[in-house]
Amino acid sequence: MQLSSDDIRRIARLARIAIDEQETVAMQQQLNGIFGVIEQLQSVNTDGVEPMSHAQDVALRLREDKVTESNQREALQAVAPAVEAGLYLVPKVIE
Amino acid sequence: MPSQFVALQHRCAYLQAFPVAFRPTPFCCRSSLNNELHGTLPTLRPASPFEQAMTTYTLKQAADLLASGKTSAVELASDYLARIESLNPVLNTFITVDREKTLEMAKQADARRAQGQAGVLTGVPVAHKDIFCAEGWRTTCGSKILDNFVSPYDAGVISRCKDAGLVTLGRTNMDEFAMGSSNENSAYGVVKNPWDQTAVPGGSSGGSAAVVAARLAPAATATDTGGSIRQPAAFCGVTGLKPTYGIVSRYGMVAYASSLDQGGPIAQTAEDCALMLNVMAGHDPRDSTSLERAGEDYTGALAQSLKGLRIGMPKEYFGEGLSADVQAAIEAALAEYRKLGAEIVEISLPRTQLAIPAYYVIAPAEASSNLSRFDGVRYGHRAADYQKHINEKTSALEALYEQSRAEGFGTEVKRRILTGAYVLSHGYYDAYYLKAQKVRRLLSEDFQSGFSQCDVIAAPAAPTVAWNLGEKGDDPVAMYLADIYTLGVNLAGLPGIAHPVGFGAQGRPVGLQLIGNYFSESRLLNAAHQFQQVTDWHTRQPGL
Repeated sequence: MQLSSDDIRRIARLARIAIDEQETVAMQQQLNGIFGVIEQLQSVNTDGVEPMSHAQDVALRLREDKVTESNQREALQAVAPAVEAGLYLVPKVIE
Repeated sequence: MPSQFVALQHRCAYLQAFPVAFRPTPFCCRSSLNNELHGTLPTLRPASPFEQAMTTYTLKQAADLLASGKTSAVELASDYLARIESLNPVLNTFITVDREKTLEMAKQADARRAQGQAGVLTGVPVAHKDIFCAEGWRTTCGSKILDNFVSPYDAGVISRCKDAGLVTLGRTNMDEFAMGSSNENSAYGVVKNPWDQTAVPGGSSGGSAAVVAARLAPAATATDTGGSIRQPAAFCGVTGLKPTYGIVSRYGMVAYASSLDQGGPIAQTAEDCALMLNVMAGHDPRDSTSLERAGEDYTGALAQSLKGLRIGMPKEYFGEGLSADVQAAIEAALAEYRKLGAEIVEISLPRTQLAIPAYYVIAPAEASSNLSRFDGVRYGHRAADYQKHINEKTSALEALYEQSRAEGFGTEVKRRILTGAYVLSHGYYDAYYLKAQKVRRLLSEDFQSGFSQCDVIAAPAAPTVAWNLGEKGDDPVAMYLADIYTLGVNLAGLPGIAHPVGFGAQGRPVGLQLIGNYFSESRLLNAAHQFQQVTDWHTRQPGL
């Protein structure tokens, strides 16, 4: 399998990372190298094998439905690029 | 109309008025050595005999001296800070150092001791990998995208270290978002291997390993997603433990691949790693994968005899691809283990080779999801001139995301995000991600069948000693292949320890990795500790 430069542009778009033409070329070459290694997986017979998503087979814990965190809005927003009146500012989305 | 709506309506105009937006002043980085001292202390100053003596202490020795009243936390911290100031400009092991904060913590530790409230490690200074959020400390994770991020809260590991009274010496350099095996992917410059400054220190916890090797801290916290504790510990001639997945809280530990990431200690000795793990390990309800287990004293089994310990040697780990110098040092170490009463048995981990493709699907997939949080909105870097990139295909918000992430992430991080986005994308999920998870199960089963024949598994930590800075340059595949001996442990979620066993080519350190079954940290620490009672590799230190 070979990724085309269109594939690279498509996934960069999905990942919301701007890439220029030069980066696209380099990325295409490198990702094809990486997928050359990844392709080894296809040779393994995994029929009937349960996918393993975590090391321990434990169920997610449940907790009581009550507030455990205090309000830290100011501290958390102090590290934001732009806030006003307690809101995160982003470019206008809805015309 | 509620005032919130007003703010929403005006946000676009607001942004145009303040294109650079609000940036909190990173107050702690102002005093960082990188910023302040690079120019002023260009040459290496030999440490005075006094400093040399103080800073070569193990964690245990430092704790004992504090307990006996022979030194104070302030004195210890000052001594380490002096050594850091002289050596950091050369080695680049720390991203942030904040003398005032450190000394303030040391004062508090001394006060705590004066009140009779000291724990075993109260007042001992340690370094933290710059991946653990620490309130009031700049936490970059080695990335430009978090260059201005001063954490508003403490990670679980940091809270536990604070509770124990440990003093923070600084924040160690690392591969960006823990993605790398050489520390060359840091946005804050490469770390030099203290044994040979033309060599890499390993990665991603290269700063933490180098700090311990250079005696800039008696111990450091670190994380291991695919070998990031064990491989740099081996490359730098120090001891590092990657615990069983779920033992150390991931809360506030910047996420790379959540099903693999695990925090752990790096120190000179196994005993020190045990003391650190006693502090770091424990249930944390804020991490959904943190295990609820009874507390364990990891120093409890250190003194046990190794008589009858069965050490498995996987034949796949000692064949083609392992360099002769590493093999020789490891065989000598295993002979030493035999003298201690251990028995060596050959085992097979037949699918070892598949750890590389499985890891390089699963880790990037999880990374692409985890790193979607860096969007230039809630924290971290926001592109200043994203508006130039708005066009018929790209809205203002998309341009903000795309430019902020393009500017903030380094090349390797982008590679892994794109790899992950691809394997998770429509039509490819089953072929790659699901397939890799099935292979992960098979790899894990191989370890279990191995453990039916032995108690611990011996392996190299890496196929070679530390390579030269720049050697693997722009070849990600060459770098990935060097992770062959460490990735399987993360995929299976097992614990592993690396400890120094000698020197290979060009006088660079060699590490032996011991892998245990789930929750066998005490056994691994015991084995390494017994080895360290009869050998002195762990006491060797680079001439700096």
